[in-house]
Amino acid sequence: MTRELIGMIFILLGIMFDFFGVLGLVRLPDVYNRLQAATKCVTFGSAGILFGVFIIQGFNNFGFKVILGIVFIFLTSPVSAHAISRAAHRSKIPLAKESVVDQYQEDNELKD
Amino acid sequence: MKIQQRSRIYVFIFSFLVWIALTSITDIQEVIAGLLVAVLVSIVAGKFLITSEKSGHIFKRILSLIHYLFKFLWEMAKANLHVAFIVIHPSLPIKPGIVKIKTNLTKDSAITVLTNSITLTPGTLTVDVNLETKEIYVHWIDVLSTDVDKNTKTIGGKFETLLTEVFE
Amino acid sequence: MKLLRWLLGLLFIAAFLYGNFFIYDGLILYKLINVILFCVVFVLYRVLFGPTAADRIVAVDIMGILIVGLLAILGLVYEQSFFMDIGLIWALLSFIASLAFAKVLEGRYLDD
Repeated sequence: MTRELIGMIFILLGIMFDFFGVLGLVRLPDVYNRLQAATKCVTFGSAGILFGVFIIQGFNNFGFKVILGIVFIFLTSPVSAHAISRAAHRSKIPLAKESVVDQYQEDNELKD
Repeated sequence: MKIQQRSRIYVFIFSFLVWIALTSITDIQEVIAGLLVAVLVSIVAGKFLITSEKSGHIFKRILSLIHYLFKFLWEMAKANLHVAFIVIHPSLPIKPGIVKIKTNLTKDSAITVLTNSITLTPGTLTVDVNLETKEIYVHWIDVLSTDVDKNTKTIGGKFETLLTEVFE
Repeated sequence: MKLLRWLLGLLFIAAFLYGNFFIYDGLILYKLINVILFCVVFVLYRVLFGPTAADRIVAVDIMGILIVGLLAILGLVYEQSFFMDIGLIWALLSFIASLAFAKVLEGRYLDD
């Protein structure tokens, strides 16, 4: 009973962070900021949901599948964020107008 | 040659254990299928796990790995609260920009873990890595300074000493 | 003007949460699944009206991770572990898809 309660608390926390991440995806001004908010919050939130399910289920085969899912999400989501942001910068999508500095652009111009 | 064989054996044992955990075994046929799949995986992709001999004490490295994981989870929780604060604030208090930091790590795996940790910690996102000059370009949601050495200390300094102990 | 839009959004979200948690009559897990589907509606807004191609790619990538959490809760509802198999495959495919989209956006071919 207490195990289910702790698991439900983890699931609730995870869904809350998911919601904040998606809100950031809608509200923030350009691709890079959206990628920041969405990647961090949604990764942590989904990992929280999966960890809550693992606590409720215990060590059966459902539990092991969920653990595999957590490891997989933590390994892959930063990599795809990295790939998308680099591709966006190389295809010349500009930063938002609030931006202060862009040292990547400066170095690329020096090279050309 | 020796290292590749050892790496293949480790991959075989690991993938067979994962198979046993995923299918709660009820029949001999499942064991045979798991052995076949594990052999196939270790032949195709086995040589990428271990690529060089490690030095240093194994228990010390595992201890610093656990220390690193706990520090990483704590930083990640802080990052999420920071992003949640920015997102609910009515006037979006951001000051974004791309800055450059330096790193002293040499191995590819260590640099990969460092960039992944930078992506998942407060306010920063890795955009590109230059392996020749050892520079990482980081998108920062709240730029405090544009000085390279200062930024290296604030963004990468938290993880770099621990990762040096784990990987090198 | 900005504050007005913020207040309207807050009202919309509050109306949804009130209706979901106090009027709708169902299991607590169904209510949590409804919250995740509400998040997916926001993501679909970004897919439809995103100003650049990179925004759409980010939104599709994020939706993959959200769906993994949803499938884990669905497996908890029906007490079946095969939902997590679907979740793992979905995470794998969305990772590969976002890497491929990033490469196409960068202007390179897939065997480069």
